[in-house]
Amino acid sequence: MTTSGRKSRLLRLGAALTPLCFMAAACSGGGGDPADFPDDNIEVIVPFSAGGPTDTVTRMIAEPMAEELGVQVVVQNIEGAGGTVAAGEAAQADADGYTVLMHHIGMSTAPTLYPDLDFNPVEDFKTIGLVTEVPMTVIARKDLEPTTLEELTTYVTDNEDSVTLAHAGIGSASHLCGVLLQQAMGVEVQEVPYDGTGPAIADLVGGQVDFMCDQTTNTTTQITSGAVKGYAVTTTEPVESLPDLPTAAEAGLDELEVTVWHGLYVPSDTPDEVVEKLNSALQVALKDQGVIDQMGDLGTAPVAEDQATPDALTQKLESEIDAWSGVLSGITAE
Amino acid sequence: MDLLDNLGLGLQTALQWQNILFCLIGVALGTAVGVLPGIGPTATVAMLLPITFSFDEPVSALIMLAGIYYGAQYGGSTTAILINLPGESSSAVTAIDGHQMARDGRAGHALAVAAIGSFVAGTIATLVLAVAAPPLARAALNFGPAEYFALVVLGLIASITLASGSTVKALAMIVLGILLGTVGQDIYTGTPRFTFGIRELYSGINFVSVAVGVFGVAEILRNLHDPQRRTKMVDKVTNLWPSREVLRSIVGPVARGTGLGSVLGVLPGGGHVLASYASYAVEKRTSKHPEEFGRGAIAGVAGPESANNAAAQTSFIPLLTLGIPAHPVMALMVGAFIIQGITPGPEVMTSEPELFWGLIASMWVGNLLLVLLNLPLIGLWVRMLTVPYSVLFPTIVTLACIGTYSLGQNAFHVLAIAFFGLLGFVLLRSGCEPAPLLLGFVLGPLLEENLRRALLISKGDPSVFLTRPISATLLALAALALLLAVLPTIRRKRETVFVEGE
Repeated sequence: MTTSGRKSRLLRLGAALTPLCFMAAACSGGGGDPADFPDDNIEVIVPFSAGGPTDTVTRMIAEPMAEELGVQVVVQNIEGAGGTVAAGEAAQADADGYTVLMHHIGMSTAPTLYPDLDFNPVEDFKTIGLVTEVPMTVIARKDLEPTTLEELTTYVTDNEDSVTLAHAGIGSASHLCGVLLQQAMGVEVQEVPYDGTGPAIADLVGGQVDFMCDQTTNTTTQITSGAVKGYAVTTTEPVESLPDLPTAAEAGLDELEVTVWHGLYVPSDTPDEVVEKLNSALQVALKDQGVIDQMGDLGTAPVAEDQATPDALTQKLESEIDAWSGVLSGITAE
Repeated sequence: MDLLDNLGLGLQTALQWQNILFCLIGVALGTAVGVLPGIGPTATVAMLLPITFSFDEPVSALIMLAGIYYGAQYGGSTTAILINLPGESSSAVTAIDGHQMARDGRAGHALAVAAIGSFVAGTIATLVLAVAAPPLARAALNFGPAEYFALVVLGLIASITLASGSTVKALAMIVLGILLGTVGQDIYTGTPRFTFGIRELYSGINFVSVAVGVFGVAEILRNLHDPQRRTKMVDKVTNLWPSREVLRSIVGPVARGTGLGSVLGVLPGGGHVLASYASYAVEKRTSKHPEEFGRGAIAGVAGPESANNAAAQTSFIPLLTLGIPAHPVMALMVGAFIIQGITPGPEVMTSEPELFWGLIASMWVGNLLLVLLNLPLIGLWVRMLTVPYSVLFPTIVTLACIGTYSLGQNAFHVLAIAFFGLLGFVLLRSGCEPAPLLLGFVLGPLLEENLRRALLISKGDPSVFLTRPISATLLALAALALLLAVLPTIRRKRETVFVEGE
């Protein structure tokens, strides 16, 4: 049994080393002079699970950013409470640029959804820049009669008491878009919340619920394969991977303009010099052809150069906090 | 024969030497991380997912990831059997009789039976996947909220009615589990329930903290409290290999478990959770010696392990044919597909036939590698039980804490282990078993969510549960199970499902 002995030693070694790797990853981040930044690994906190859309986007840009900065960029997933657990921890991290937060639209809805928030999205962070704005799509079960967004609006208005709108849980992107969609249509229909996008789409494909609004990341294949009906995209410009879908504005719903925008943040006391270095690395990453291609596959694209700036993200964050506090009034998680 | 051509294409892909290598690495890594106390398949896959991001060949990345998944699943069963530490709800069932067998000196049998059962189930389920994936996936979509609710009711009632002697205690544990499952933000209104202002509780109590606490830590506390329990286990660890009779006796459980698991695994709304529990209930009910269950019945390991592995395999069906992830591990697989530039969905099968069939064929290869890798290791695992207590216990607790901490970088989850460890010990001392508690904890949220969802869709009309044929049938079965339980003659025959030693 020598082979098994050797295998077992290897396994034991692997078993013993694995937690060490994670601990090492958790303990990355150094201190020192901002002029020397970066001289240690940088940790990017993702507030959602590994493999999800936000995680995917982060890992796409992490590689070219790491190359530009000359250090490792380690992605760390800290889940919970709509991303507020991760943001709360990032706010309290050392303000040396070695801990960076990636967050999406949830950063702007948190103050409304969680009145007891233990961090302030604007005051506790410095912004680095926008990364991408993921378009959303209005979709319905495939046997629903309407074929255009206009017909859908009429149908939903006529059947306001019986149609059902699925979403992936309070505060999720699909919930936010669903709220806007109802406002744009001027209706209040029965919402059916799910625990995440997967089960919601499953029930939409199975015809258990009538319609929903979700990110292209989750809906593109379902639309192109005909498993669900696609009506419109929620961006100002059409989406390349879904050429048949008009924008909501073109299809008659001007007010329905929403994207899942993603941005990078550091704690508010981080030196400006460090922010600049992180920003230029982000700029480089967003021009990387691999990143452009990979985002294209997801039905999205890197933001323009003038959007990948601290000012643009600050402006976006503040205006979205205002907008959502109005739209979501009366809906809180507390 | 399309099927043969397709399988041929798949085997061609899966048997390329680098793919076999990646599959082997995946299975080995998955097992290595999966045996760490408190780390189940979801956590293992999440941790190891980034390794595959840099692969050039998508099919290699996915093959390795799938290997990690079933490797981790087997690794989780190993810890459930050896140290009573299930890393995922499915292996909690294995812990009931598996750990009991280990304490009787039959850990080798339990591990071998788990490996063999998993291999057989994996092989059959892979064939099911190859032959009938698209129609099964379409059929599964007929399962709406009403059907899932009825299925969970049946699951819960089956486990209540099968328990006797301590029926009341088992029932109390299920209810306590359901209550624990309600902690966290209500997904319908966002209202926090039983969170006491603790932000970490908003997303609910961590399954791993509960499982590690009420199973592992409580077991350790009980052993410390009663040192005689330990001696028994150390004395007879020589008995490694199951005899021919033992192997013959598991044919039925493995076959039934495979069937149940294959069917339940296809349901994207949580069927896989039920697979091992359902198999345990069925084995217990059909057994000629139901009194052995909970005291080290080999069928109580063989059935659920087979069901679990079959369900793990067929839970790829909704993902590969519809692009819908059936559970968290599959959601992680979606991420892996996307990173590789492939969006999982109905067209994967036609646009990427090599990847689709290669992945399916690799599942069989992976199951074979898993058996080859683990059968020789059983001797080593069993010897681990002879490690002195003073070394083994601190090691288990330390590794479990590190593992749990690494999941969310949150010390709260580690504190929760201590809380549930104490709770588990108090419950054990008062004759209550942790398995029904865990069942309630896992199924409770499914029960509530689907009940409310079904009623939201039906505008509050409860008749929806009776007018939909599948739901009505399942509820009728549940009613029948309940009726059987209250019939006094049958009552006398009933034995405890969840006996946890004396």
